[in-house]
Amino acid sequence: MAILVIAEHDNTSIKAATLNTVTAATRIGGEIHLLLAGCACAAAAAAAARVAGVSKVLVADAAHYADQSPENLAALVVANASSYGHILAPATTSGKNFMPRVAALLDVAQISEISAVESADTFVRPIYAGNVVATIKSTDPIKVVTVRGTAFEAAGEDGSAAIESLSAGPDLGLSKLSGRELTKSERPELTAAKVIVSGGRGMGSGESFHKLLEPLADKLGAALGASRAAVDAGFVPNDYQVGQTGKIVAPQLYIAVGISGAIQHLAGMKDSKIIVAINKDAEAPIFQVADYGLVGDLFEVLPALLAELG
Amino acid sequence: MKILVPVKRVVDYNVKVRVKSDASDVDLANVKMSMNPFDEIAVEEAVRLKEGGIATEVVVISAGVANCQETLRTAMAIGADRGILIQTDVELQPLAVAKLLKAVCEKEQPQIVLCGKQAIDDDANQTGQMLAGLMNWPQATFASKIVVAGQQATVTREIDGGLETIEVPLPAVLTADLRLNEPRYATLPNIMKAKKKPLETTNPAALGVDVTPRLKTVKVTEPPKRTAGIKVADAADLVMKLKTEAKVI
Repeated sequence: MAILVIAEHDNTSIKAATLNTVTAATRIGGEIHLLLAGCACAAAAAAAARVAGVSKVLVADAAHYADQSPENLAALVVANASSYGHILAPATTSGKNFMPRVAALLDVAQISEISAVESADTFVRPIYAGNVVATIKSTDPIKVVTVRGTAFEAAGEDGSAAIESLSAGPDLGLSKLSGRELTKSERPELTAAKVIVSGGRGMGSGESFHKLLEPLADKLGAALGASRAAVDAGFVPNDYQVGQTGKIVAPQLYIAVGISGAIQHLAGMKDSKIIVAINKDAEAPIFQVADYGLVGDLFEVLPALLAELG
Repeated sequence: MKILVPVKRVVDYNVKVRVKSDASDVDLANVKMSMNPFDEIAVEEAVRLKEGGIATEVVVISAGVANCQETLRTAMAIGADRGILIQTDVELQPLAVAKLLKAVCEKEQPQIVLCGKQAIDDDANQTGQMLAGLMNWPQATFASKIVVAGQQATVTREIDGGLETIEVPLPAVLTADLRLNEPRYATLPNIMKAKKKPLETTNPAALGVDVTPRLKTVKVTEPPKRTAGIKVADAADLVMKLKTEAKVI
């Protein structure tokens, strides 16, 4: 049976996590269809049609899909689910929001945030903040699955799928979006960045967080991340948070500055290729996972590091 | 207005879990158990809504083994009025829990079900959304701020790009994120008082819910461990190693 992947998009382009999810679908095997629900979303649909491995893009274009509310989106997915053996979406805050609703309405279990595909009905997923890895077999006729983006390569964008329009479902009118405050940044997205500079409580204040870490991130072309402690202290907004309940990242280089390394933080970054830790406490747990540890006062180390990078 | 708060008994967040030697499951023998931290935030928020004169009753509910009573008592020590235990030794998966909660919602008729956004054991992040789907109610997940006025909740949600605010008519399911509040510590007098609060026990069969697991755990393993690398002397040493050894910059 075919696999339905729900595209995440902003009506003009598709989000990178969709590409990783398509790769997970190719591991299952079978024809892959992308479902895209939006409003005036032709540009996003065109981008979706270029995703390699996808044979068909199903587009539902209606005013009540503009914000992709979980109630309306789940109802649309459920109405189109019967011919599919698998329904996949990225394990982003959007996918995590609507997919369990899809699963419940189909009366099937959801397998959350898979990190590998063993077979068409068996998947691998981290539990206990990534301290344990479980292999899970589903007995349900339709497998509803969310996918951890960092665990799968991005699919190519040289495909040419057919675009078909899908009739929109009803507007359930259950929730209304009244505003979004999105963090504006010229930097790469955290979950897709090759280099991440991340700060913790040790940064001391929002001012020093920005003053010391931004030049370093700029120099390295890096995204900025943070520990929960730094977000709770108000140094940076919530969307900077890396960890069990924040963003899961796996860049080539992760530089943790003034982060002690609680297991909840390690859960979000321990799959990074190279980890650098800068902390004045030589006993900090972050050093147990760091490839390169530098024990020292970050207020002295960071300027020196910037100077060394020229 | 009645608020229902589901609470889960999980391995304490400070415990480093181990896998059983036969790889069948996580070893839970003699491990400290606590209320799921996100559920504690949900209980706190519900109690604050009651203290603020918006809610009239906070009912906490837990499904699982008999010891879940302790979790319910903890929630009542924070300020919940009464507890419901759905007792079973069967492994409960999110869909089954959502069905149990649906059965209780039909009986209790709450205006708000306030869940933790995810449990820190299975990290599933499903139950609240599933319940909302089964009830055909709106959902407002990952809440960092909740304002209830009349028959509507205005909820600020933590999303990947920042924050968004949505308005949902009640009844609705809301799920709590980390920054919704900081739960209070239960005082000794409140812990004593909680022991006398009503706690009703029921079971899945009495609620007419089939809780047979749909997912089978084939095996559990520990992920490959990262080993500590080396300490570098200073910034110059670090940059040199990143360039020539790790070749990542």
